[in-house]
Amino acid sequence: MWSIRTSKPETERGRIALKGSANDEGATDRARVSTLAQTNGAATANLDAEHKEGHNEQHNSCVNSRLRLAIALRTTSPMMRIAFPEHPFAVRETSTAIMIIDTDVSDRSGAETLRQYELNGAYDEMFRAADHPRKQYRHLYNLLLSLGPGELRRSKHEADQSFFNQGITFTVYGHDKGTERIFPHDLLPRIITAAEWERIERGLTQRITALNLFLKDIYHEGKIIEDGVVPGKIVYTCKHYRREMRDIKVPHDVYITVVGTDLIRNPEGNFVVLEDNLRVPSGVSYMLTSRGVMKQIFPGLFQKCRVRPIEQYSQALLSTLRFLAPEGRSDPTVVLLTPGAYNSAYFEHAYLARQMGIELVEGRDLVVHDNVVYMRTTFGLRRVDVIYRRIDDDYLDPLVFESGSVLGAVGLFNAYRAGNIAFANALGTGVADDKAIYAYVPKIIRYYLDQDPILESVETLLMSDRAQRDHVCQRLAEYVVKAVGESGGYGMLIGPHSTEQERSEFREKINAQPRNYIAQPAINLSTAPCFVDGAIEPRHVDLRPYLLYGEKITITPGGLTRVALRKGSLVVNSSQGGGSKDTWVLQN
Amino acid sequence: MLSRVLDSLYWMSRYFERADNASRVLKATYGLILNPAKFSTEERWFRAVSSLAPGAAPSRVDPQRALFLLVADPEGEFSIVKCISGARENARQVREEISSEMWEHLNTLFHDVTGFELQPDDDAGAMRVVSLVREGSYRFNGITAGTLNHDEAWHFIQLGKYMERACNLCVLLDAYFLVDKHADDLDWVGLLSSCAAFEGYCKACTAELKPERIANFLLLKPEFPYSVRYSLDRMYEALNAISDLSLSHRTERVERLIGRLRSMVAYVQVDEIIAGLNKYLAAIIEQCRELHSAVHELYIEYPIEVAFPN
Repeated sequence: MWSIRTSKPETERGRIALKGSANDEGATDRARVSTLAQTNGAATANLDAEHKEGHNEQHNSCVNSRLRLAIALRTTSPMMRIAFPEHPFAVRETSTAIMIIDTDVSDRSGAETLRQYELNGAYDEMFRAADHPRKQYRHLYNLLLSLGPGELRRSKHEADQSFFNQGITFTVYGHDKGTERIFPHDLLPRIITAAEWERIERGLTQRITALNLFLKDIYHEGKIIEDGVVPGKIVYTCKHYRREMRDIKVPHDVYITVVGTDLIRNPEGNFVVLEDNLRVPSGVSYMLTSRGVMKQIFPGLFQKCRVRPIEQYSQALLSTLRFLAPEGRSDPTVVLLTPGAYNSAYFEHAYLARQMGIELVEGRDLVVHDNVVYMRTTFGLRRVDVIYRRIDDDYLDPLVFESGSVLGAVGLFNAYRAGNIAFANALGTGVADDKAIYAYVPKIIRYYLDQDPILESVETLLMSDRAQRDHVCQRLAEYVVKAVGESGGYGMLIGPHSTEQERSEFREKINAQPRNYIAQPAINLSTAPCFVDGAIEPRHVDLRPYLLYGEKITITPGGLTRVALRKGSLVVNSSQGGGSKDTWVLQN
Repeated sequence: MLSRVLDSLYWMSRYFERADNASRVLKATYGLILNPAKFSTEERWFRAVSSLAPGAAPSRVDPQRALFLLVADPEGEFSIVKCISGARENARQVREEISSEMWEHLNTLFHDVTGFELQPDDDAGAMRVVSLVREGSYRFNGITAGTLNHDEAWHFIQLGKYMERACNLCVLLDAYFLVDKHADDLDWVGLLSSCAAFEGYCKACTAELKPERIANFLLLKPEFPYSVRYSLDRMYEALNAISDLSLSHRTERVERLIGRLRSMVAYVQVDEIIAGLNKYLAAIIEQCRELHSAVHELYIEYPIEVAFPN
């Protein structure tokens, strides 16, 4: 009877899960975590659990700094035993990190923490000018001035503790020990006025409606290509274009059910679209959970500001998903398909499934028979109608896509083609958030809706165009160059912050694969006050609102404000040392 | 519930019980070998090794390394640390299905026991791991009972726990009664403490240590939680509850197997089995194995043809 459940398939699955998550991009993308540094003043270091080339040096220095921390703690705090064997991530998952934060920060009053706040030419979310807060920030400003020494630090500690205890963490890959970390977050809310929000709402609704029509068009008649508005070459060479989706009717013609578009604010104070995330946008669980924590920490301020609620998101998501159910299924079963516990966004998958009261399934739980999808339960097979999938197209069905994938299930695509199952999002939506297509979105909006775009886009130069390429290659230091199919801040050159060597490397890459790159002028993202190192300092931020497209488009008033916690950095991705802030949209 | 989820819960529970069992046996054995041996220390270690790491059964046991191997051997499949890792890994796959208290406790215990970096000669360190697991397992069982809905998941956890316990007990009894010629009173105390049964036995049968009475107590006593009879009764209850919930029509085989298994301990007297005890124990283990596969086939890995919804 000494049976052993073999664990090997699990680890293999885990490795594939890593792969499968590469595009589950955004707030939780990958394994790199900025640790501790934002509050204890140590140099920020990235833990790169995937041991990517070129990061080893950083990685090692981080190991060393962790060692020092661990040793320091061992001497100062005999009560806490720290497991510190061969692996850098093996610090025990109790409140170690939080304890470290607590030492060494001198207590300053709220007014003192604000003293060093320097405006640097970017649009500042809170201050019009030094000591002159914008109207919507006045309550926050007054609160900060009234805080006694150390109060902010205590609040920060309380918030960290709360995140930790709730298990609001993401996964650091690499070892089976101690693999969860809390998501770095900032204490001060980002506040958006009702008028600003109204414009965002109209702009996003317009943009997503147009992009959805674009997807329907290119997977059916292709009129926009025929009319010469978008070159067919760009569409068909896109990495995420799915030939298999041609002429497939998707439920209610909704391709993009869940969207997380990234907005930034330019120096003039206008919101501009930076990127559309139409595949598997993530991070919404951080929006929801950090709101809960903020209400705990700043109840009075929250009430005074009259903040619009976001808690209805899970219900809205569920009813949006149910709307997609195949016809005739009156009480549809919705499931969330996750790559598994090893995925960096697993917390979010489990969180959303629990919030919606739906089953969290893995590929191996699904069986397709006669083009109908079932899940294996102890009560037998149960039919599934809608799959909210958090897996990339490539891994969904080994028969049609990546044949080595064990994350999806055999036959899913045929069931989809037969109309017996709905996916959110539909397959092949990645073509519309391709960074080269991005350059055409204003034209796409005009073409389908006959309207001027409400939200601006960033000027985008296509490297596949000879003249534009030459122009950019001569002035690389002024541009941000991005690989079109990448996300999460990877494959990117930030001209103003780059070295001559990096630029020449990129020049070669661009010339080798022009279609693969676009360039945008470097934009100074707006800044917002953040509580860093015991002081309040400006850091660059963006905004990711979450949009649901069901019977109609609804946008949750709020979103994830991502912060580049490293001083001066313009990269807000969590994989690159970014954190988040709660976003408050005010009632009119 | 999803089959995969229940399978993970079942294995979490089995691995945890396995670690719990090993910690009890090692604590008792270590207590024993500190005494001067009437016969040989090797024999005592051999008993522990063959009851905790069967199959591998080495002809010679190195007393210096035995404790390390059973507590922290990174290669061995049966070491306590491995079992706790196995339990935690299974729990991690279904974290959203267990209570956060359970997860936190199991996770902390895992980090505690893996954090020691034991060296092969560090007996004191190894025994610290053993006591951590002792304490940890009582707490884990309490937390589970107190925080989890007593629904399907709970019943699968119970099934795993008592399946593992019944088998462990049989293997342990087998090891002691195989070499009973050499067993002295101290050894019998060791066996009883291995099952946390010393006090229970004294209350029920006085401190007079007779092999037959001990076998009776550990095999057939329905009131004692670490007896085979008690374990099989709990399995029976869990399986009934699961079958009531699942409304499955295919439970016949499982019902027959658990019924037969129970009758093996419910309707015998110890003098009928004591002569052929080793055979009897082997039969129980074999039937447990059969039951395990039957349950697996019924609820986890069933052929899809039999399971379409009506």
